[in-house]
Amino acid sequence: MKFGVIQFPGSNCDQDVFHVLKHVLGQETVYLWHKDESLQGADAVIVPGGFSYGDYLRCGAIARFSPVMRSVVAHAAAGGPVMGICNGFQILCESGLLPGALIRNKGLHFVCRHVHIRSETPQTPFTCQIRTGAALKIPVAHGEGCYFADDATLARIEKNGQVVFRYCDAYGRLDGDATGACGSINPNGSRNNIAGICNEKRNVLGMMPHPERAAERELGSTDGLALFEGLAHTLALKGCLQ
Amino acid sequence: MKALIKVMPKKTVLDPQGEAVRQAIQHLGMETVKAARVGKWIELEIEGGDAEAARKKLDVLCQDLLSNPVVEDYELQVIP
Repeated sequence: MKFGVIQFPGSNCDQDVFHVLKHVLGQETVYLWHKDESLQGADAVIVPGGFSYGDYLRCGAIARFSPVMRSVVAHAAAGGPVMGICNGFQILCESGLLPGALIRNKGLHFVCRHVHIRSETPQTPFTCQIRTGAALKIPVAHGEGCYFADDATLARIEKNGQVVFRYCDAYGRLDGDATGACGSINPNGSRNNIAGICNEKRNVLGMMPHPERAAERELGSTDGLALFEGLAHTLALKGCLQ
Repeated sequence: MKALIKVMPKKTVLDPQGEAVRQAIQHLGMETVKAARVGKWIELEIEGGDAEAARKKLDVLCQDLLSNPVVEDYELQVIP
């Protein structure tokens, strides 16, 4: 199996993701340059965090039109796994691969700290090995991470079980201060505490927290590793069945 | 010709930037300001004279790139 990590001008988490996949998990991993349409045969694509195209206009608005994204959209349509982290999540929303949008944090501040997120479903290629209700300690680092969708869209994704992660306290509880204020469990004012969602087909995941920054003990948490392990496990199973 | 595009956050969408601006205005003593919303203003200079054809293309551009219809509304003005 092969993993592809996209590089846009302004991506800055590409090397972290590459390191986790290649060196921590020992998987074959390649960089995918934004100007190339080829996914180089990658079975799964990661759209990493950063500030693609300087966040000009809106976060992810310009990256969406790069040649590599055409292939990512086709890969997703064919059922291939795609994972967008932080700016990658913004790009997937702008591309229409995921519903809703990410807007300015409610408290206006850039928020950079460890948060807890509750895993809501094992029914994605990424969370298949994570217990539902488990609180994962993973850092966020963003200024525009407030998840917004209109009432109808929100009701639909809740009903379909497309909410994959929610901001919570250290015990997985959602009933704490969720105002989006400094220090509250919801760091940005996201509707329904949403930290990550998937598409209807469940093969595309977008999340604001950075699992690649919580994948080695030296970094204070290894809770993020489970997502990459889950994805590798899914791909390995798929390979066995083919 | 020119195209002028105003992009504003939808009324139903939280605009923390506008709220911060409103608070700053109140601190400066103008307490009659009850609401503020912050958007974008985009000016394009366009070669050629077919305003109707340009408007059609610009409309698509406004929806695809210049605004995000999930959270923003736009107004497009084409000046021949």
